Amino acid sequence: MRRLLPGWPSRLVPALPGLWLLLFVAAPLLVVAVLALSWAAEGVPPFALPWAVPGQGLNTEALALALWDGYYRAAFLDALLVAGGTAGLCLLLAFPMALGLVRAPARSRPLLLGLVLLPFWTGFLPRLGAWVGLLRDEGWINSLLQSLGLIEAPLPLLYSWPALFLGMVHAYLPFAVLPLYTALSRRDPALEEAAADLGAGPWPVFLTVTLPLALPGLAAAFLLVFIPAAGEYVIPELLGPPEAQMVGRVLFQEFFQNRDWPVAAALAVLLLLVLLVPIRLFQRLEAEP
Amino acid sequence: MLRRLLATSLFAAALLGGAPASAPVQAQQPVTLNVYNWSDYIDPYAVDRFQRETGIRIRYDVYDSLETLEGKLSAGRSGYDIIVPTSEPTFSRLVRAGALRPLDRAQIPNWGNQDPALLRQVESSDPGNKFGAIYLYGTIGLGIRTDRVKELLPDVAPDSLDLLLKPENARRLARCGIAVMDSAIDVMPSVLRWLGRNPNSTEPADLRAAEDALLAIRPYVRAITASGNLMDALANGEYCMVLTYSGDVIQAQARAKEAGRGVQVGYVQPKEGAQLWFDMLAIPADAPNPEAAQRFINFLLQPDVMAGITNQVRYPNAVPAARPLVEAAVRDDPNVYPTSEALARTFTVTALAPAAERARSRGWSRFKAGR
Repeated sequence: MRRLLPGWPSRLVPALPGLWLLLFVAAPLLVVAVLALSWAAEGVPPFALPWAVPGQGLNTEALALALWDGYYRAAFLDALLVAGGTAGLCLLLAFPMALGLVRAPARSRPLLLGLVLLPFWTGFLPRLGAWVGLLRDEGWINSLLQSLGLIEAPLPLLYSWPALFLGMVHAYLPFAVLPLYTALSRRDPALEEAAADLGAGPWPVFLTVTLPLALPGLAAAFLLVFIPAAGEYVIPELLGPPEAQMVGRVLFQEFFQNRDWPVAAALAVLLLLVLLVPIRLFQRLEAEP
Repeated sequence: MLRRLLATSLFAAALLGGAPASAPVQAQQPVTLNVYNWSDYIDPYAVDRFQRETGIRIRYDVYDSLETLEGKLSAGRSGYDIIVPTSEPTFSRLVRAGALRPLDRAQIPNWGNQDPALLRQVESSDPGNKFGAIYLYGTIGLGIRTDRVKELLPDVAPDSLDLLLKPENARRLARCGIAVMDSAIDVMPSVLRWLGRNPNSTEPADLRAAEDALLAIRPYVRAITASGNLMDALANGEYCMVLTYSGDVIQAQARAKEAGRGVQVGYVQPKEGAQLWFDMLAIPADAPNPEAAQRFINFLLQPDVMAGITNQVRYPNAVPAARPLVEAAVRDDPNVYPTSEALARTFTVTALAPAAERARSRGWSRFKAGR
């Protein structure tokens, strides 16, 4: 007993990440995969497991529908375009922010980093609610413009594509700033100084030295925004136009309105597979010297 | 030590797991009734009075969409004793899924207070009225800013769905703001009826026609969103026309009057025929406390309690004896209590087969996407 104990923690610690993966990644994935192969049924819960229906076996219809139906393909395309646009906009804003952060005096850096993280001190939904309050027809922005006499009728700001991207960038920007900041603060400033000493102007220095050095950080920032943004449901629902039928919203419809859990699960599995592609690409990029 | 700890935790687990079933434990603590209802949908006084009269404690929880309710019920073991699903689609789906407990009418002596004609209407969702008592009901129609609509569409009949569904009318109202609640089952049947077709049709040609009619007005519709988002916006004057539930419009009307900013809101029950819906009092099959739930249903079906609820939320109830007890302003408002002629022009919807349901919701999605 006493001899066993010291060995315990040392063997448990490396097992912990594995246990974590098993509990929070593999197990839920298995549940969703089995659900995708089950049959929709009237009952509680509203599906029958593949082995519970005699003579029917696996249900591949849900997956086939999710794969081949043009409506779902449009939803995936919408989601990928919105996620790509969001990630691109976040990079454009986050890169100068991160550069500013690393070049700021060391004294003020903690304060500036704290400001980047400040939005997280408020709940996600109240922040979106604030945007709704700002953008609605009778909201602050329209009231201000009307009282200044700039517009006569309120502008339809809420439930529009710009409102959707505003909300997305607002929610995901910190996820882009942090990896960029880390990547940029790791670079050796002497390299840029050397380039400048050898006669390169500010733009060539930026394009040929700073940017390539920040590339892994840029890729990480892009993915950290792109992956959760592709499955986003809440922001398009609260701010987006009705025509922004991204896959997250379609999944919600299948799950809650059509009560077709197998199709909803099939869509979730497909979304995961689609998102594996950029993750693989990123790993390639990381592996290259 | 370890064994004692184990024994204690096992005992605790047995206590927690077995508590609702074991009588001695229940006798020691007051019974709790878990009610899950729509938000803003009861007279708070009724809850107090039930607790005082019976000694049963009520734990009150609310939802604002049928999806939330159905999601929780579908997973099983929701822990609720009373739920208030709408007749279609949720109540009828829960009936067919075996998720509800049949009511024991012997325990509900006030059952007979309900209007038999309305109970018959509910039978399209629940044959034999086995699983639900009527809480409140209403129709689906247009909430409009009466002054603005009269000004913009002076020559259109003010009681017709033409206001919304004729593209030339919708175009003229577009700048003023049109919104439609995001619910295929609450909108598609009325569109089919307006087209002169069977509101419950599953014919592809009919569904196609309804979709085309909706797509024709799509460019003029600003928002397609949950009905809960529309009530305040209508009261604030953000929209000129909203297709939604009657009671929401009547509540918006009251709020607009309170705000006193000159927004005039009115309800239009379409003369082409309005969809009738019922919110049902039902008990989940796995309710921890079904006896208390039956007592609560019986309590609610008393005329004076029902009158208080209608006064508060401005939806009509199905207890005729409650009507004289309702405030005159609410009682005599034909938008709250439809006249018998108006009631004759209503229809109920029935559940569709899953394939037809998917076809309808697909058409609805295309309307939302505008493609």
